[in-house]
Amino acid sequence: MIKHLRSAADLDAATATLILDTAAEMAALSGREVKKLPALRGRTVVNLFYEDSTRTRISFEAAAKRLSADVINFSAKGSSVSKGESLKDTALTLQAMGADAVVIRHSASGAPHRLANWVDGSVVNAGDGTHEHPTQALLDAYTMRSRLGRLDGLKVAIVGDVLHSRVARSNVLLLTTLGAQVTLVGPPTLIPLDVAAALSEKTQVSYDLDAVLPDSDVVMMLRVQTERMQDSYFPSAREYSRRYGLDMLRMRKLPEHAIVMHPGPMNRGMEIAPEVADSPRSTIVEQVANGVSVRMAVLYLLLGGK
Amino acid sequence: MAYLLKGVSILGAEPTDLFIKDGVISSDKAGKDAEVIDASGLVALPGLVDVHTHLREPGREDAETVETGSRAAALGGYTAVCAMANTSPVADTAGVVEQVWRLGREAGLVDVQPIGAVTVGLAGKQMAELGAMATSAANVRIFSDDGFCVADPKLMRRALEYVKAFDGVIAQHAEEPRLTEGAQMHEGEVSTRLGLTGWPAVAEEAIIARDVLLAEHVGSRLHVCHVSTAGSVEVLRQAKARGVRVTAEVTPHHLLLTDELAAGYDPVFKVNPPLRTRSDVEALRQALLDGIIDVVATDHAPHAVQDKECEWAYARPGMLGLETALPIVLSVFGEQWDLIADRMSIAPARIAGLAGHGGDLTKAGTPANLTLVDPKARWVVDPGGLASRSRNTPYAGLTLPGRIVATFLRGEATVLDGKAVK
Repeated sequence: MIKHLRSAADLDAATATLILDTAAEMAALSGREVKKLPALRGRTVVNLFYEDSTRTRISFEAAAKRLSADVINFSAKGSSVSKGESLKDTALTLQAMGADAVVIRHSASGAPHRLANWVDGSVVNAGDGTHEHPTQALLDAYTMRSRLGRLDGLKVAIVGDVLHSRVARSNVLLLTTLGAQVTLVGPPTLIPLDVAAALSEKTQVSYDLDAVLPDSDVVMMLRVQTERMQDSYFPSAREYSRRYGLDMLRMRKLPEHAIVMHPGPMNRGMEIAPEVADSPRSTIVEQVANGVSVRMAVLYLLLGGK
Repeated sequence: MAYLLKGVSILGAEPTDLFIKDGVISSDKAGKDAEVIDASGLVALPGLVDVHTHLREPGREDAETVETGSRAAALGGYTAVCAMANTSPVADTAGVVEQVWRLGREAGLVDVQPIGAVTVGLAGKQMAELGAMATSAANVRIFSDDGFCVADPKLMRRALEYVKAFDGVIAQHAEEPRLTEGAQMHEGEVSTRLGLTGWPAVAEEAIIARDVLLAEHVGSRLHVCHVSTAGSVEVLRQAKARGVRVTAEVTPHHLLLTDELAAGYDPVFKVNPPLRTRSDVEALRQALLDGIIDVVATDHAPHAVQDKECEWAYARPGMLGLETALPIVLSVFGEQWDLIADRMSIAPARIAGLAGHGGDLTKAGTPANLTLVDPKARWVVDPGGLASRSRNTPYAGLTLPGRIVATFLRGEATVLDGKAVK
């Protein structure tokens, strides 16, 4: 088993599949009356969050607690970080406290890589800047597999602000590893240059959402921040929504079996219409539930739980 | 002190004896008081001249001082360095440039030639008192806002014109700031993979294209700092073919390293302009051979440990360069001594207007600014073993050819047996 999960590229197909299979076993637990496993009793998991992200933090927290780990939440606000402590000093502190795993969310791309130089425990990337969010990709893959029964050969459209999206990067890497065919869709300003060469040669790019939808098994809408407008990535929220938003009309272009995903938090009415988000095709709530199971699997496997 | 360098090879020529007396190369071979140095197997080069050094003093003496930087320079074979203006306070007045110049004299290891800021506080708004710096004791001839681009085209035009009065040159840090907001590394495959904001090559090329046209229009001299892209080389090639008075520099790191090194997010590889691609490196090497790029300049940029031991995005850009420049150039180009002497000493001395440097070592009377290199020696770069006060070398652990054995500044040894004399 790998030691750290810093990037979806850390996962080969066998390891990724093992995590998804383990997550399925973990999910079976959540139906039981007592949801806890003793697997990580006596182990310490630190949630080191330099960015506000309640949903990701509580997902990791729930995952660690269900495995009976001791959980320490270290949030940038109200901590020594606001006094200007460096990541290295924080890492050395956590190291001295005996953290077995550090789950890090940080606004700087590569912060988990830096952290891994300074702690002996496992480092789990819970989102770093505009780089990656590998457990999100795992839970997305898990959701696709449980809804559609497979990943190999699946056609997945990832739509929106790919340039700034850590979710997109991790998904492209992981889904490609697992045999899915990914098409990135968005305005050219928000699709990075050289994206196929950078992530996977099999990745396709399209600027035309309507053309991609009829041949998609999965459409994953990314959050688009309205402040991108000020930076001339697109002219207005309205125009963005018109060209790349998923509304009811567009959703009808999808094949019958296709699902609609969103990593959250959503801008309802911007990249996704409320009716679409709440439709039976939408897996958005399931994704949240699956997040806990997948993160349990990741912590369990990285920490060699028994 | 007089020296007799026995069996030295001047620029790779047949071994000969070189006599140094009264600060110059002497034809008098009979000085019996001379200290004899066995220079067999060593190559004599005119003392290296760096047109782009950050000495950090005043302001960041924890990263480097004029003295420690001078020592690093001497150990790297340099006899003159041009100290960039982005100190604190900024070298934008006669007072600050004179202070740096005086500190250089006191250290006495290399000639420290201050560069003056083009604009007050490097803010790009108002021209600094360039004339006062030119006529100060520091005798400033190169002006640069390095670290920042003189982005305002009107201000750049005026600065280019204004310095004609005292044969000055504007050294431009070519970076269109609107195209590099938040930029962390070269924009391309690797930046996309790493999720780091890209610094597109065009941000450099567009400014160079604009500035060669401005220099042509007003008939002024332009120097382009740290050229890093193949596209910039093409712009320069065309400008030179038209007769524009433009010179350009390339750093050792841009001649060797690529953006792939950012993959581990170790900020020791963060530099501005950023490391580019293999094809850029190839184009820069060819441009230096062709003379499209005139000089190798180190852009020696010391940084304190805490400014590099952090997240990539928060780290300061820059790399040490003085003690590794010649070995890197040797490793890239081999023992092309005439090329090395021209690009690392003669041409930079000409650009900087440093008359006593880059002289002909075969002529009696030439100021004895020279360095002796053992081209066969190999050494492993150990950051802790460098004379710079900082440790941010990107070459740690690399085995490099070429060891500086001795350096002489106006006939006085600054380095002997590979060690600084003070």
